[in-house]
Amino acid sequence: MTNSLPTRIASTLGFLAFWQIGAMFSDNRLLPSFSAVAFEMWRLSADGTLPLHLGITLARVAAAFTLTLLLGGALGIAMGRWRQLDAALDSAVTLLLNMPALVLIVLIYVWFGLTEAAAIGAVALNKLPNTAVTLREGARALDPALMEMARSFRMSRLRVLRHVILPQLAPYIVAAARSGLALIWKIVLVVELLGRSNGVGFQIQIHFQLFDVTAILAYALAFVMVVQLIEWAAFQPLERRVAKWRM
Amino acid sequence: MADVILRLHIAGKAFGTRKVLGAIDLALGAREIVAIVGPSGCGKTTLLRIAGGLERDFNGSLEWPHGRTPRIGTVFQEPRLLPWRTVRENLRLAQETPDDALADNLLDTLGLLQFADAYPGTLSLGMARRAAIARAFAVSPELVLLDEPFVSLDADMAAHSRDLVLTAWRARPTAMLLVTHDRAEAESMADRILELGDEPARIVAEIRVQAPRG
Repeated sequence: MTNSLPTRIASTLGFLAFWQIGAMFSDNRLLPSFSAVAFEMWRLSADGTLPLHLGITLARVAAAFTLTLLLGGALGIAMGRWRQLDAALDSAVTLLLNMPALVLIVLIYVWFGLTEAAAIGAVALNKLPNTAVTLREGARALDPALMEMARSFRMSRLRVLRHVILPQLAPYIVAAARSGLALIWKIVLVVELLGRSNGVGFQIQIHFQLFDVTAILAYALAFVMVVQLIEWAAFQPLERRVAKWRM
Repeated sequence: MADVILRLHIAGKAFGTRKVLGAIDLALGAREIVAIVGPSGCGKTTLLRIAGGLERDFNGSLEWPHGRTPRIGTVFQEPRLLPWRTVRENLRLAQETPDDALADNLLDTLGLLQFADAYPGTLSLGMARRAAIARAFAVSPELVLLDEPFVSLDADMAAHSRDLVLTAWRARPTAMLLVTHDRAEAESMADRILELGDEPARIVAEIRVQAPRG
């Protein structure tokens, strides 16, 4: 990453300059310049609206993310270890996997009402089959030779889980978490747009009705920046830690 | 034999319809080294897994005359170290009660002390095998099981590793069951050699080794 950093910075600045100049030439309210969007971001941040809604959305992302990773992960590992359970649940998981996100969200809102729990549940349910399938692969790939070694030394369950099983699942967990975040933060906006009265998705809907592209882009940009920050601050160090022994 | 640590009676063992082991009786003294030799694929490893309690699905009985299951250190055909833990951590994790002094002492004996904090992936196969041997002895075993532990090492390295196993054994003598297809290896290490043959396998010959070890 260190070698490519100047290129990355240059390409980002190039894109922003292209956007700025293009918008100035087109001079259209529906194509605001980067500086206008940046100013809107600052204005919305100064009066507290943007941080509030961004915070609410991030809290929903975090809740749905945790829920799907725990439940989907446990389900996937169980399905990977027990053939019977896998056979029993495979078609349900496949059905859920192929169900359009929008259909799931609408159905859950209709059946359980426009509540916070329904919103988060709908998001988690959208990602759950994906996580389960990824962790199922991981559980199937567990090395029986190492499991036998652990058994021969009579390692405790906790020790086996922590030192034998989890390190083997780690790449799958990181993959599931990363793709999970990418999917979840997009679906949360849809859930908010359809049935919540706060959050970034709700704000996008308001500004869409006003055709206020500047505000829409301000929210979008702020959100993209936060997600990228999570990628840098959480996922990349985690991935390096997990892969430390491969060096 | 005065102090028997393991008494195994196998009436038969089959995988599906294929009978692997026939009737085999085996008693192992507390400080005795017994080698099991025979052609590859004859069921030596299966016999070792039954003796170690890893394979419970067989006709017969496995008894520990001392009353409880002894502490067992196993050296598998492949090193089977946890690649995401350092060599020292691999030894520690095998130990039920931590004993860093013993672990480091064994690493020193086996010439691995300077690699104690290395990950197994950075070791040569010979070193990884020695680490696996250290791990087996690190649990203060009463019984050590070795499944072709020197296979695919060159002759010098194999001889060196045999010496190291015997060094570790002399420091803390235990019962030892060694599976090998190498007759000379069996003779250089064991008190007693059991030769497996036939199908399903049975003990076709039992040889007491008179020559001194090593």
